[in-house]
Amino acid sequence: MTEKNYDIVIVGSGAGGGTVAKELAPLVREGVRVLLLEQGARFRDDEFTGREVEMAQDLYEDAGGFLTAEGTMTLAFGRAYGGSTVVYTGTSLIAPERVVQHWGLPGLDHADLDRRSRKYMSENNVHLLEGDLLNENNQLFAEGCRKAGYQAHQFPINVKGCQGSSLCNLGCPNQAKQGTHRVQLPEAEKAGVEVVTRASVLRIEDRAVVARVTDKPDGARGLPSEWAPGDYRIRAGIVIVAGGSVGSAALLLRSGLSTGLPRLGEGFTSHPAHILVGEHTRPITNDVGHPKSYYLDRAVEEGYVLETCMYFPFTTAKNLAGFGPDHSRLMRAFPRLQMILVLACDHAVPGNRITVDRDGKPVVHYRFTAEVIASLVRATRAAARIFFAAGAVAVHAPSGARTLIEAKDAGHIDQIIDLRHFKLGKVPVAAAHLMGGCGMGRTAADSVTDAWGRVHGLPWLRVADSSLFPDSLEINPYLTIMALADRVAEKVREEARDLLTAGRAS
Amino acid sequence: MAAQVLAPVDPLFRALARTVVPEAERLDDQGWRDLIALVEDALADRPEGIRRQLLMLIRLLGVLPFFRYGRTFLGLDSGRRRRFLESIQESPLLLLRRGFWGFRTLVLLGYYGRPEAAAEIGYRADPRGWEARR
Repeated sequence: MTEKNYDIVIVGSGAGGGTVAKELAPLVREGVRVLLLEQGARFRDDEFTGREVEMAQDLYEDAGGFLTAEGTMTLAFGRAYGGSTVVYTGTSLIAPERVVQHWGLPGLDHADLDRRSRKYMSENNVHLLEGDLLNENNQLFAEGCRKAGYQAHQFPINVKGCQGSSLCNLGCPNQAKQGTHRVQLPEAEKAGVEVVTRASVLRIEDRAVVARVTDKPDGARGLPSEWAPGDYRIRAGIVIVAGGSVGSAALLLRSGLSTGLPRLGEGFTSHPAHILVGEHTRPITNDVGHPKSYYLDRAVEEGYVLETCMYFPFTTAKNLAGFGPDHSRLMRAFPRLQMILVLACDHAVPGNRITVDRDGKPVVHYRFTAEVIASLVRATRAAARIFFAAGAVAVHAPSGARTLIEAKDAGHIDQIIDLRHFKLGKVPVAAAHLMGGCGMGRTAADSVTDAWGRVHGLPWLRVADSSLFPDSLEINPYLTIMALADRVAEKVREEARDLLTAGRAS
Repeated sequence: MAAQVLAPVDPLFRALARTVVPEAERLDDQGWRDLIALVEDALADRPEGIRRQLLMLIRLLGVLPFFRYGRTFLGLDSGRRRRFLESIQESPLLLLRRGFWGFRTLVLLGYYGRPEAAAEIGYRADPRGWEARR
């Protein structure tokens, strides 16, 4: 095992790790050695091909199909230089005040998150896309909402020079999306933060991490690691974990830290989602243009959010319920399909948690609550109304008595789409916004860290990602992750001198 | 491509796949090779236990129709094959439903993961975006 010494080690390069790296980069000028480890690869610009299967394999854990222990939901989370910011759509929303109040964390208030979020909105070029760049898939959603009596809102997004490839979730082939791989990480590296890719952190020890750097496989895309393949023990006065909800909790668990942290891995939540489609009589622009321009927020009233979306052939196929001729007919209507993503707001409940198996690999235990299933059914009904109001002649509803509802039955949506038809294992459910596992709180009895990401009882260890959320955020999370990571970095800067002195003494 | 997980059940796998995606009936040899390669690649990344479970499920789907129709899956006509898989999809046993869900996902990966399928269904996304449509 090769031994190395740094002052600060950051694990993960997504919205959390990338932000922390950039915010701590000024310390490098003062002689502080900062290292960031990322388990995924760094890709050249021309390697973002937009080809579904190969990009999913390169950029997502388990190619985007990470299965829960119960086998009833798949989870999508990124694995690359830039983490999940490489594969999100760049939708940039500030945490709702009611959510932050519900979290009820001492030392964390909405005004603080709002101010920090706006800093990154400015840094990431967040703006509303110009009207002439909105495709019909998005326009029909806005029109359908208006006609059905709902109030849609336009998403602010963080793009610069968007060409409208529609391929955001496969990594932008035009480098338009302003994720950490385009903004914060290059700035951090320029300032002297070292980044090592293809480096999986096996465990955390007292003021140290043990990492395994792997070789680039033959024929694989992406650059080789910056370090030679092999195992490394890296000593550091401060360790900041930002491997995402699943990754961070699993890392702390396999490092044996659950003894002093009984809440470690608990509080996992997500936004369980359906991809729904409505069929129109004419082709619409759907697979060109930014895919996610509008949303309908019904979180408070009905426990769900609807968003426009557009996915790729396999992703679409697997998210349509059923098989055979009906499924094929819908797939062959692709140029005429309007798509809506249905997200259920899902509060953290006991039992939904992250553990690790004998090999230290993460296992996500997730059972659907009655509340979540009811939210998905209500959301499906609302989406069906919006599709029909926008002119769709048929709507695919996985929790319908029949999965394809024709326009002549639009008046019976509430009867056709019903709880009793929601059968797990038949109805495809996927989730992308993974939260919790290292939740913030007051003490080790109720949480893993305090409101500044400091792990209880281990002042040298910090967490800076969505695992910090003590409950669902109920919106797209990346901006809130960056705001929280900014807080973590601020506290590290304040305490660095003492922590590093203690680290060197130990 | 990794080890041939599906080779021992190849005719049955193809029959099941044609029921999930009827258009697979029209695939030529190269099309089937591409479909199976995508499925095998996906399986190569999964634990050995998962691969064993998949093989067991495929074999189970092959023999279960005997108890209803007196014939194995390969002996059924296309209508009965479809109705049988629909009954599995609607099964009161979550274990069967989610097993079939996983199998169905693999077949859809193999079929719709091929660039030819994207063209076939009219999917036209292009990295050049709007420019490619002008």
